[in-house]
Amino acid sequence: MLEVSVLKQLAGFRLDATFTAPTPGVIALFGRSGSGKSTLTNVISGLLAPDAGAVSLDGELLTDARRGISVPVERRRIGYVFQDARLFPHLSAAGNLRYGERRRRAAPTLIAFDEVVALLGLARLLPQKPWQLSGGERQRVSLGRALLSQPRLLLLDEPLASLDVARREEVLPYLVALRDRLSIPMVYVSHQFDEVLRLATHLVLLEGGRVLAEGAVEEMSLYPELQSIIGPDLAGAVIEGLVTRINSDTGSAELAVGAGTLQVSLREVQIGARVRLQLLARDVILATQPVQGLSVRNALASTVIAISDDEYGAALVRVDVGGAIVLARITQDARRALSLRPGDAVWTLVKAVSTRGHTFTLAPGS
Amino acid sequence: MNGSPDSAELEALRLSLEVAVRSVGFSLPLAVLAAWVLTRARFPGRLLLDAFVHLPLVLPPVAVGYVLLLLFGARAPLGAWLHTHFGIQLAFTTAGAALATAVMTFPLMVRAIRLSLENVDRGLEDAARTLGAAPLDRFVSITLPLMLPGILAGALTAFAAGLGEFGAVITFASNVPGVTRTLPLALYTAMQSPGGDALALRLAILSFALGLLGLLAAELLVRRVRRYLGG
Repeated sequence: MLEVSVLKQLAGFRLDATFTAPTPGVIALFGRSGSGKSTLTNVISGLLAPDAGAVSLDGELLTDARRGISVPVERRRIGYVFQDARLFPHLSAAGNLRYGERRRRAAPTLIAFDEVVALLGLARLLPQKPWQLSGGERQRVSLGRALLSQPRLLLLDEPLASLDVARREEVLPYLVALRDRLSIPMVYVSHQFDEVLRLATHLVLLEGGRVLAEGAVEEMSLYPELQSIIGPDLAGAVIEGLVTRINSDTGSAELAVGAGTLQVSLREVQIGARVRLQLLARDVILATQPVQGLSVRNALASTVIAISDDEYGAALVRVDVGGAIVLARITQDARRALSLRPGDAVWTLVKAVSTRGHTFTLAPGS
Repeated sequence: MNGSPDSAELEALRLSLEVAVRSVGFSLPLAVLAAWVLTRARFPGRLLLDAFVHLPLVLPPVAVGYVLLLLFGARAPLGAWLHTHFGIQLAFTTAGAALATAVMTFPLMVRAIRLSLENVDRGLEDAARTLGAAPLDRFVSITLPLMLPGILAGALTAFAAGLGEFGAVITFASNVPGVTRTLPLALYTAMQSPGGDALALRLAILSFALGLLGLLAAELLVRRVRRYLGG
């Protein structure tokens, strides 16, 4: 458990954040630029001392301003992957990796040098100097360096933000592999929802230095403030399902979601895999009667739970699809034409191709 | 003057090199410390210390030599103490010439080192902290290597400048052949002696060559280290 409750006054900015997140797992600190994500991360790492409050990890107090407790950064065993990698320029990639390993004190070995090299694909990079590496390679070395210090918690401060899309894809799968192979809890700072979707288990939503809400990613995807941060085009419910059938010829799979079945385009999954999907609210269609002759692969019997206006003049309808909650974004005209009210029975139509899906498995034993 | 003109030149050259090397050896650790304190520490009187470190740049060298004589002369308090407790005599010795040279070249060294320390990314030190490095460890393993170009530049510039220090040396250490008569002092002496023109010219050429060589070597070495650091 990571328990944070801190106050920090900086020039023109006030951080007043409280949250409790389960460990192990990936905790996403999510919010706009300037919402206090990095400040909060620095407080957790110990690089920044809070004016008041406390930070504790798995029951151990790291900082308690009132009792004057502050474990020095170098003894916290909290790995930190910075946005700008911060590799030591006078050391080779191998030298950077060994730096933390040599200073691990009595820390138990969670992961060995060779494992890190294999897991992050670093073998070819070992003799290189940081300036000879690409941005993505630098970030991978930085990640390996933090891991080899055998941390109990890994902080990742927008590790992909300075990379272009192609380089991002060069690093993200490694982060996913880390999450699934190791049981090191991670705090992942981001303002890209697709990264959160692929990595995080828990989401802490920050705005103006305060925690607006926190919870499991599925639950938080329904939260109105999150939608206003990620925008109407990327908003949508995140649901989890179990792969029950695969049709490799057509590249589609069937998922058990709630009490029903969802057909989606998803390649490279196996039966029994846990899959997380985001159904973009703008792509979900509601019908008050059964429809026929449409190309839509999924027509699910469901019930309207709530309807709210979103800040872009449309309506956001929350529907219950056999236990799973889905969001549909429709125009006010459509809402009036269908005269939708909470409690109404509707058909929720989801195209198999309009989902953003990621296989999602947690480390065994967690 | 003793010996042939040849040996007078060689002796002056040898003495100049010895004095310059010893002065750099004296002042380098202190210069790193001073640069660190002036860049990183926040305390009242920092401005005054800064001015004090730079004083030799603006003072007449003879004045610096005179102050040293007042402090470290045989009958001066510090000089007497050093002599009775450690058997060290500075005035009128090669060590004294090195001390006078060290004081004169100190600001040059501090400036170069400080510049490089200011360019060290504090973020790298923070990264080292998160990896378990305690303060002294951080300084030795990260800060110091990254300051290396500045330290080298400072040391070599001070060395090259130290080869030619005149005023402070002659005032504090006097002009003793074979002990404190370095290149500039030998050149001055030759100019004052009848028939010393040829020797003076040779010594002047030697000084030129040495200075040029020193500066070129400094530049090349610093470039190499910078390339090594990827800057």
